[in-house]
Amino acid sequence: MSDSHARTMPGERKALRFHLTEEHHPENGTLLGFWLYLMSDCLIFACLFAVYGVLGRNYAGGPTGAEIFELPVVALNTSLLLLSSITYGFAVLEMQRDKLRPMLVWLGITGLLGAGFIFLELQEFAHLIAEGAGPQRSAFLSSFFTLVATHGLHVTFGIIWLITLMVQVGKKGLIPENKRRLMCLSMFWHFLDVVWIGVFSFVYLMGVLP
Amino acid sequence: MFDQPLSKLIFGRLTWDAIPFHEPILLWTFVAVALGGAALLGALTWFRLWGYLWREWFTSIDHKKIGIMYMVLGMVMLLRGFSDAIMMRIQQALSFGDSTGFLPPHHYDQIFTAHGVIMIFFVAMPMVTGLMNFVVPLQIGARDVSFPFLNNFSFWMTTAGAVLIMMSLFVGEFARTGWLAYPPLSGIAQSPDVGVDYYIWGLQIAGVGTLLSGVNLITTIIKMRAPGMNLMKMPIFTWTSLCTNVLIVAAFPVLTAVLVLLSLDRYIDTNFFTTTLGGNAMMYVNLIWIWGHPEVYILILPAFGIFSEVVSTFSRKKLFGYASMVYATVVITVLAYLVWLHHFFTMGSGASVNSFFGITTMIISIPTGAKIFNWLFTMYRGRIEFEVPMLWTIGFMITFVIGGMTGVMLAIPPADFALHNSLFLVAHFHNVIIGGVLFGLFAGINFWFPKAFGFRLDPFWGKVSFWLWLVGFYFAFMPLYVLGLMGVTRRMSHFDDPSLQIWFEIAAFGAFLIALGIAAMLIQFYVSFRNREALRDHTGDPWGARTLEWSTSSPPPAYNFAFTPVVHDNDAWWQMKSHNYQRPTDGFIPIHMPKNTGAGIILAGICTVFGFAMIWHMWLVAAVSFATLLVVAIGHTFNYKRDFHIPADEVTQVETTRTELLANHV
Repeated sequence: MSDSHARTMPGERKALRFHLTEEHHPENGTLLGFWLYLMSDCLIFACLFAVYGVLGRNYAGGPTGAEIFELPVVALNTSLLLLSSITYGFAVLEMQRDKLRPMLVWLGITGLLGAGFIFLELQEFAHLIAEGAGPQRSAFLSSFFTLVATHGLHVTFGIIWLITLMVQVGKKGLIPENKRRLMCLSMFWHFLDVVWIGVFSFVYLMGVLP
Repeated sequence: MFDQPLSKLIFGRLTWDAIPFHEPILLWTFVAVALGGAALLGALTWFRLWGYLWREWFTSIDHKKIGIMYMVLGMVMLLRGFSDAIMMRIQQALSFGDSTGFLPPHHYDQIFTAHGVIMIFFVAMPMVTGLMNFVVPLQIGARDVSFPFLNNFSFWMTTAGAVLIMMSLFVGEFARTGWLAYPPLSGIAQSPDVGVDYYIWGLQIAGVGTLLSGVNLITTIIKMRAPGMNLMKMPIFTWTSLCTNVLIVAAFPVLTAVLVLLSLDRYIDTNFFTTTLGGNAMMYVNLIWIWGHPEVYILILPAFGIFSEVVSTFSRKKLFGYASMVYATVVITVLAYLVWLHHFFTMGSGASVNSFFGITTMIISIPTGAKIFNWLFTMYRGRIEFEVPMLWTIGFMITFVIGGMTGVMLAIPPADFALHNSLFLVAHFHNVIIGGVLFGLFAGINFWFPKAFGFRLDPFWGKVSFWLWLVGFYFAFMPLYVLGLMGVTRRMSHFDDPSLQIWFEIAAFGAFLIALGIAAMLIQFYVSFRNREALRDHTGDPWGARTLEWSTSSPPPAYNFAFTPVVHDNDAWWQMKSHNYQRPTDGFIPIHMPKNTGAGIILAGICTVFGFAMIWHMWLVAAVSFATLLVVAIGHTFNYKRDFHIPADEVTQVETTRTELLANHV
């Protein structure tokens, strides 16, 4: 906004500059755009939380949260995901120092932690379904499975994206485009972490309360 | 799911029975569409236009071309949506006593559902998005949008949704649920066939496009404004576009979420909205209106922006109360989220909740009223020119005020209990959507057409179309107010009381006038194209307008502005003209531009296949198309060469041609 000083009083005919003679370079909008997308995604989660809030105690004679949630497993799960956010943070630090190999290592660890999280979650789901506590059993279980699985799907896509990016960074190096993509994935990954904290407290911790 | 024979995995529940051979209306429509389509495709092949279309339009990331394609999509779908409308009007005018009209209820229910879905999602939305796409980057002095590829992808996703909805006409059937598909009617028990699935997948796929285009335009407006254009120097249309896109990003995810939940209920027997095992159908109604109410402001705000531009241009005055217009727009944006419950006061949420939502609804009329007064004061003592866009604007101001007042009547909970689900409501929302959104879009089309194509639209046929629409609207919908007050409910295909028939006949007459209005509009396009040399505008500014889009040539060059403009005033171009601005004629530099790509149309095409497979339970096809989708999307991210420079020579050549044209013209 280089010309904001050029205000004229009414009637005054000062020579104003009406075009630039050099190329105009607007600021890149990718991070803002991605942030906006994340906020829209956040609203999807908000809806699912709201649905869980309304239907979460409609057990329809089926199992309750206190009966089916295994907090130790969930605690392990949660720590895997929280750790993966920290390791992603380390990867970004290495990226800022333009150190390719350590960055890839941290990204790899992040992906493995994410995969561990997904593995435990799938095990939990399989266990519940085998026990007859699948999403069809009651509105509580429908909303529980949908909320948690939507988060899990996001993490899965995050892992696919992470692998893709590792290949691209390996091929092209830490060029500005790749750094921007890494920052987008970083926002995505931390965002999923924040959502999970909501799931952990609101669904699991409050669910085991009588 | 996996113990089925291979043919079942490939074809799902699609059989020859799905093709409506036994319904003569559909069959003849199909024959007509097939012949028309074959003629169109044949002509494209004959004139060797495929390569041109693919290179210059389908794969284009130019916001102007994408905007025009959105408008074409909206126009085509308007014809489909209106055919549904006139069939309903004829049916209701005929179907009294012993006569059951010409549409069986099964078919009639699909028609009113398709009419609502198409008019909102595939007429109003594409046209609004199309105008924003075309105009906003030009108004803010940008070369394109922030994410040009995403823009192309968004358009094709919207088109993919429209294709799925159109397919339901000839393959299977459409939903019989009304345009919001309330459960339990839309649940698997009451609607076991493919209709609701067409609805779900059509909207989900188009919704991706809408959401991404919302993200894109917000980022564009925030990041790409010309130097000097701070927020309070943005043209009003850009302001309303910004607010609309904020609403899109904040509302469409709710629609996505609620449709996902409905799909889960239908596909894997969950219990969100069922009447058994703890489900709650009112949850659906709440969620879909949390999207649905902002949606009506998504449509009307850009129309308000169009009227603001048109009024100040044709009154030859600065817009009255610019700041109050901005604040009114923002207030409407916020209030749009606080009124959703007025769509179902009869839910039984109690007096205090209903009063809250009734009052917030009435409050919206205050900023809206402020806007009306601003337009009136802009016209006051202006030198008004009654060009076609201005006629639509005046028609809007009168019509919309009536619709707004009936809206306030409906906002009173006790009155709503009587009027809920009646034809009074139908009359009200057509009053604001036709009188507001559609009139706005037509004003916008007539206003910006010369910018897009370099020649004006024929004013005579424009006026014919305007008067037919205006008069037709009053004939078609005022009787519905009367009927609604008498207690006639909506969505009926048959009536017993013969004393009501005259009102329906008047409404049908109005619909025929509107049909003539649409015909006049098509004639207007044809006549204008034929007389394009006489209607040609070389100046780029045929109306003597005020904002930056009029400072460049018509149609604008691919790069919009040879040099990025610098803005000092709300009416930037007006100020440039009053300072005798001389456009640069030399010293051009290379311009950095994004490259065309076919990825958008390919991805959307795969999405169409995926949606169709999900609708018909073709699990194998669905899995394969989804995997393909992922592979192609990831493959596209490996393309790093997305831009190029237009050489300075080329810019010089284009600009010199324009200099000569301007010199010869003056």
